[in-house]
Amino acid sequence: MHSSVITFPGSNCDRDMDVALKKFGFKNKMIWHDDVELPKSDLVVLPGGFSYGDYLRCGSMASKSKIMKSVLNFAQGGGKVMGVCNGFQILVESGLLPGVLLRNKYLEFICKNVFVKANNKDNSYFKDDKKDVYKFHIAHNEGNYFCSNEQIKEINDNNQIALFYSDENGNVNEQSNPNGSLQNIAGIFNKQKNVIGMMPHPERMIDPALSGEDGSIFFENLINNLK
Amino acid sequence: MKISVIITLKKDVLDPQGKVIHQTLDGMGFEGINEVRQGKYFEIDTNESDKKKAEAKVEEMCKKLLANLVIEDFKIIGSQ
Repeated sequence: MHSSVITFPGSNCDRDMDVALKKFGFKNKMIWHDDVELPKSDLVVLPGGFSYGDYLRCGSMASKSKIMKSVLNFAQGGGKVMGVCNGFQILVESGLLPGVLLRNKYLEFICKNVFVKANNKDNSYFKDDKKDVYKFHIAHNEGNYFCSNEQIKEINDNNQIALFYSDENGNVNEQSNPNGSLQNIAGIFNKQKNVIGMMPHPERMIDPALSGEDGSIFFENLINNLK
Repeated sequence: MKISVIITLKKDVLDPQGKVIHQTLDGMGFEGINEVRQGKYFEIDTNESDKKKAEAKVEEMCKKLLANLVIEDFKIIGSQ
């Protein structure tokens, strides 16, 4: 399986993602934002960080960079694209995913482990996954998911919510919502479910000595689903 | 021609920064404030000398980059 991680000026989780993908068997290539063509890929990842210093709106500049034309074409042709944190912000700014990520409700940068619950497993990202609730890490200032009333209706009608913030037992409630996200949304799909954006970082949970292994479960399952 | 444009959050979008500024102003003793909303202001200097054409160009810039129309409105407030 071949993957590509796009590095934008200001990306800082690109190498973590590279380590995670390789650990679970992907042949990964790092792609610079100014490149025009994507190499042959089974998965394209937009990593976390602070692309373009979060100027204007998080992800807005990166969504217009040269490589994004190829990423858009790849996604529109059914290619798998995953955006994590700033990558999620880039995906909503590019129009591949609906909605927007606003500043966290209480204006704090949040950096902690949270629990998220998978909502829809009928897709390449979560199919056959043994887990329902994952312990992942979040680190963001703008993770407060928001969209219009029409958009949220469409998202629910098409079962596009990928992950909810929840408690350890998978209960989705206000107490488990760290940033004010609409309906506790931590991640969403596009309509076709080939594009996913999520605020939590699975790549930070791949080593029991450092963090945890819920990310390992996610990546192991992902590569099996893509084979 | 220089075009001025302001971008504000739509009315139903929460503006936590505006809220904090409001609370701070209250705390400083400014009375009678109903609400504070924060926005962005841009000045775009272009070679275009035709006002209509310049404004149309800035409108396109707003739609494509400067504003996110899911949460923001834009308004051209001056051309000179």
